[in-house]
Amino acid sequence: MIVYILCFVLFLVGLYGVITRRNLIKIAISLSIMEFSIFLILVLIGYIDSGLAPIVDPGTPAQVYVDPLPQAMVLTAIVIGLATTAMLMAIAIRLYRKYKTFDIREINNLRG
Amino acid sequence: MKGMSIIVKKVSQLMAGLIFIYGIYIILHGHLTPGGGFAGGAIIAGAFILLILAFGSSALNLKKEIAGSSNTESVAILMVVVMALMALLFGSKIFFFNHLPKGEPGELLSAGVIPLYNIFIGIEVAGAILTIFLALVIFKEESSK
Amino acid sequence: MDALIPLFVAIPLISAFLIVIFGKLIKGFHRFLGPLTLLILLILAVYVFTGLGKSSISYAVGGWTGKGGFPLGIYMVLDGFSVLMLCIINLIGLIALFYSLAYISKYTAESNYFALFCLIVAGMNGVVLSGDLFNLFVFLEVSVISSYALVAFGVGKTELEASFKYQVLGGLASMLILLAIGLIYWHTKTLNIADIRSVFDAGYNRSFYVFVQVLLIAGFGMKAAIIPFHAWLPDAHSSAPSPISAMLSGVLIKAVGVYVLIRLFFNMFVFSYEIALILTSLGAISMVLGSLLAIIQWDLKRLLAYSSISQIGYVVMAFGMGILLLLRGNNEAAAVLAIGGGLYHMINHAVFKGLLFLNAGSIEHRLDTRDLKKMGGLSKVMPVTSTTSFVASMSISGIPPFNGFFSKLIIIIAAINGRFYLLAVLAILVSIITLGYFLKFQRFAFFNKATGQAVQKIKEVPFPMSFSMIFLAVLCLALSLLAIPSVRETVLSPAIDVLIQAELYSTTILGM
Repeated sequence: MIVYILCFVLFLVGLYGVITRRNLIKIAISLSIMEFSIFLILVLIGYIDSGLAPIVDPGTPAQVYVDPLPQAMVLTAIVIGLATTAMLMAIAIRLYRKYKTFDIREINNLRG
Repeated sequence: MKGMSIIVKKVSQLMAGLIFIYGIYIILHGHLTPGGGFAGGAIIAGAFILLILAFGSSALNLKKEIAGSSNTESVAILMVVVMALMALLFGSKIFFFNHLPKGEPGELLSAGVIPLYNIFIGIEVAGAILTIFLALVIFKEESSK
Repeated sequence: MDALIPLFVAIPLISAFLIVIFGKLIKGFHRFLGPLTLLILLILAVYVFTGLGKSSISYAVGGWTGKGGFPLGIYMVLDGFSVLMLCIINLIGLIALFYSLAYISKYTAESNYFALFCLIVAGMNGVVLSGDLFNLFVFLEVSVISSYALVAFGVGKTELEASFKYQVLGGLASMLILLAIGLIYWHTKTLNIADIRSVFDAGYNRSFYVFVQVLLIAGFGMKAAIIPFHAWLPDAHSSAPSPISAMLSGVLIKAVGVYVLIRLFFNMFVFSYEIALILTSLGAISMVLGSLLAIIQWDLKRLLAYSSISQIGYVVMAFGMGILLLLRGNNEAAAVLAIGGGLYHMINHAVFKGLLFLNAGSIEHRLDTRDLKKMGGLSKVMPVTSTTSFVASMSISGIPPFNGFFSKLIIIIAAINGRFYLLAVLAILVSIITLGYFLKFQRFAFFNKATGQAVQKIKEVPFPMSFSMIFLAVLCLALSLLAIPSVRETVLSPAIDVLIQAELYSTTILGM
């Protein structure tokens, strides 16, 4: 039970970073931290007590394996997270070229 | 950007080949051991990025590199979708069907069409990560002129 | 016909990557392949729509059928609701793409635009066709990441800032959705929507159920821009290029926001009273606040973006009323009216909001400004734009005989039949306020005296842009025929049936 609470604390750390940091790159990294905490929760959901890694050897008899479906979900979600982070970084460095600063309090042309 | 010192250049020349072979191993054994297309593709891209970082981007013709990696990535994705559509034509007309002969479980040449998917997805992921890296390098070069 | 289902996703994927490869070699390749792809998709969608009738088809990708009533693989489901959304997506996509053939001459890197556009359409087609939760999430991410790139396409200052804000909020929403999917998997040990429904029918833990539903309302509410999750919409929709604004506001917030909410809350979750109350009140608040915030805007596309929030509030409120009426149990006719009104308003809003954004694009193309105070006197020099925007403004305000009147009338009648008198009064009030700010738009843009600029030198927009606008205006008039009960039966009833009777959805998949 305590592992789920620790993953949730990691999620809150990421959320704190997105809300309070001023640098664009730090906001992007905090968003990544939030994503990774969700991946940890997903993998831990599939854990079965004293289960082995889900790799099948053709000769050995059937054993108790941990659930491989959340692991497949997390593999795909990691790639999606990579695409999101790459997109954020590209926009961040183009913003730096236009505004000459990474500070998000200076970048507020759109109001209302 | 400039390259690094000569020790880094020599060591990365030696290591890049080993990393590349390791990435190919992870891709080819994707149906037997953990890994598969995504992980192997990222490792192959890591080999190329290591070389670019060690030698500096001034040693490359960046426009040709990014055109090459972008085209490789698009061709690999087209091959994946074409192979999935080819299953619609052969035999049982179902999208994404496993239509090549499946051998013994546990052998390297088995599981029908899955190793081919792993190879093409590995090439695609390597091309994509390399394209992103080269695009950021080109942007940095242009903005610092 | 079930072999056609994966083609809706495969064809735009192939053409997107073909455009990337050949766009640099052959000049004008993308101008030919992009509209051809969407035309093929539209023909397929109409063919499936007419051939489907009242049945539902489910397609097991890869041939992995279930064992003993337990679905193992990825299923793509085509029923009345999906096929309606497919028609809307591909039609508005084709019109917006045709419009952008002339609009894109302002930007460089044209081939990337067409490739990203095909990817958005591929992602949205995948979302409405998928039958299990994780596949839905993957296609949702495909379309949303392409839209991040398209919002920032003309790399000016405001576009990049709007895209950054959109990405951070959209990423947060996707994470909440992924967390909810993980929690549902933990409880039910399956990811297939129909199978989850059968597990929930047997019994569920009450506090977990409410927690997951609230997470999903927050996540998909951010995608659909319901208040209080709307903060990214005015910036993103006003800074994007105009055909992309038409796609985003007309189709994307419906296909990945409202469609998924309705599919999950009608077909996956057992109805519960508190969640229906939350949905209805969020819809009503969005309706009122969106229109109040739109009155004070002087930027044309920001006004249209806030009015999108208001109209989506109408749709969500109508569906919420439908759930409440079904829970009460004694008034199924009113529930059918409410859900039918919501679907009809969704179709109408795609058409007239798309037309309004295309009009704003035409004005911006010729005048290079979006500020209402700087326009004026355009009705004589741009007759096509002026007439079609008049048609669209009358439609969205609910003036007969255009289509907006009939859809709002059906929602108000359903509210009165179900004894939700407060909601009916709010709907009428918001309709009057909508008429107010659209008359403001018409007056300042078209009928005022020209201020500043030399208006006589402005000509009408080129042929692809004007043809798209005329087509959508004619569609506005033609869609009002949908109010006739016999036409409504054939078009909307399959969708309403599959939403009300959740057993229909389950037996389609689990029976195979």
